Amino acid sequence: MNKANRRFAAVDVLLLVLTILPLAVGLVLKILFTPPSEGIQITGALVYFTIPFPVQDIIISEAQVNSWLVILSVLFLCLYLTHGIRAKVKTRRQAMLEWVVEKSENMVRENMGDYFMGFVPFIAAILALSAFSSLLSLLGMYPPTSDINIVGGWAILVFILITYYKFKCGPLGYLKSFGDPVPFLAPLNIISEVATPISMAFRHYGNILSGTVISVLIATGLQGLTAIVLGWLPGWLGEFPFLRIGLPAVLSIYFDVFSGVLQAYIFAMLTMLYVAGGFPAEEFFKRQEKKKAKS
Amino acid sequence: MLELAIGIILGCCALGAGMAMIAGIGPGIGEGNAVAKACEAIGRQPECKGSVTTTMLMGCAIAETTGLYALVIAILLIFVAPNMLVNILMNAI
Repeated sequence: MNKANRRFAAVDVLLLVLTILPLAVGLVLKILFTPPSEGIQITGALVYFTIPFPVQDIIISEAQVNSWLVILSVLFLCLYLTHGIRAKVKTRRQAMLEWVVEKSENMVRENMGDYFMGFVPFIAAILALSAFSSLLSLLGMYPPTSDINIVGGWAILVFILITYYKFKCGPLGYLKSFGDPVPFLAPLNIISEVATPISMAFRHYGNILSGTVISVLIATGLQGLTAIVLGWLPGWLGEFPFLRIGLPAVLSIYFDVFSGVLQAYIFAMLTMLYVAGGFPAEEFFKRQEKKKAKS
Repeated sequence: MLELAIGIILGCCALGAGMAMIAGIGPGIGEGNAVAKACEAIGRQPECKGSVTTTMLMGCAIAETTGLYALVIAILLIFVAPNMLVNILMNAI
């Protein structure tokens, strides 16, 4: 019994270490690859290395690496939370996990209906990935969601899902959905169809990026302000930016924590609404009933 | 002469970025309206606070999109366009 307990605890510790390890690896990579520079700069993602390729070199950037590290970290966090889960035994970890699962199931049921209950893992995954990616900036790492390539990839994935569910009534039904209220509005409908993934990607990436840019601008401004106010102090005291201690953290609560989590929620919500809205539910169920009646 | 040309490019990029951000007025008015109506709704029916708040946040995020398009263009004009335009100028000479 004791031995089994010890093994359980050992696996727990191992999973927790594996959860934190990717983040540590990301920090080390960031420190190793950051070029020495003077002052504060606003740059895009660092390029870690490039793979030579016939048409154009493939760039492996900080954003991609960080996003993979977040995926690994969330995977091990889930493994840690589900480790030793049982039907009757109630532990704190299990209660937490059940709350998460219940909440996501409720959200999907309310917004998409019972037909889409298979979407629960996908929605929960996209929510967790987006939220944790944005929260990565609290550690001082580059948040992958402030790179349009990452968020654009997610938006294209969602667009494929929307189109797949629009095709559920056959290609003719898909074409018919463009001339929905009146046929001559079809060009506008096509434009709004294309605009869906673009606006989703821009919304998410613009919010996170604007937070980063404003934080950097305020940090620079506070440094200048300190030089004006406390510049008369002798030696290194005059150069040390005292006002930059603590004050940017207040803004970070809004820009990093609130904005990041809110955007994750909105991305998941819009995914649900668009997929459920594109699905021609009435006609699909009518057809299924007809098929059943025939056979 | 070259300095003048580069100066004009940088100045026009900054001006363009500033003018693009005029679009920030629209979402500001829209979100203000949304929040005002949400406050009214909560005042009338305090028991609906949760659902009103989530709906308001959703609406605000969607109204914000136009402002964010402007922001993306402003950021492109500040950080990307000057390098590109100066490169084009250098190649032309």
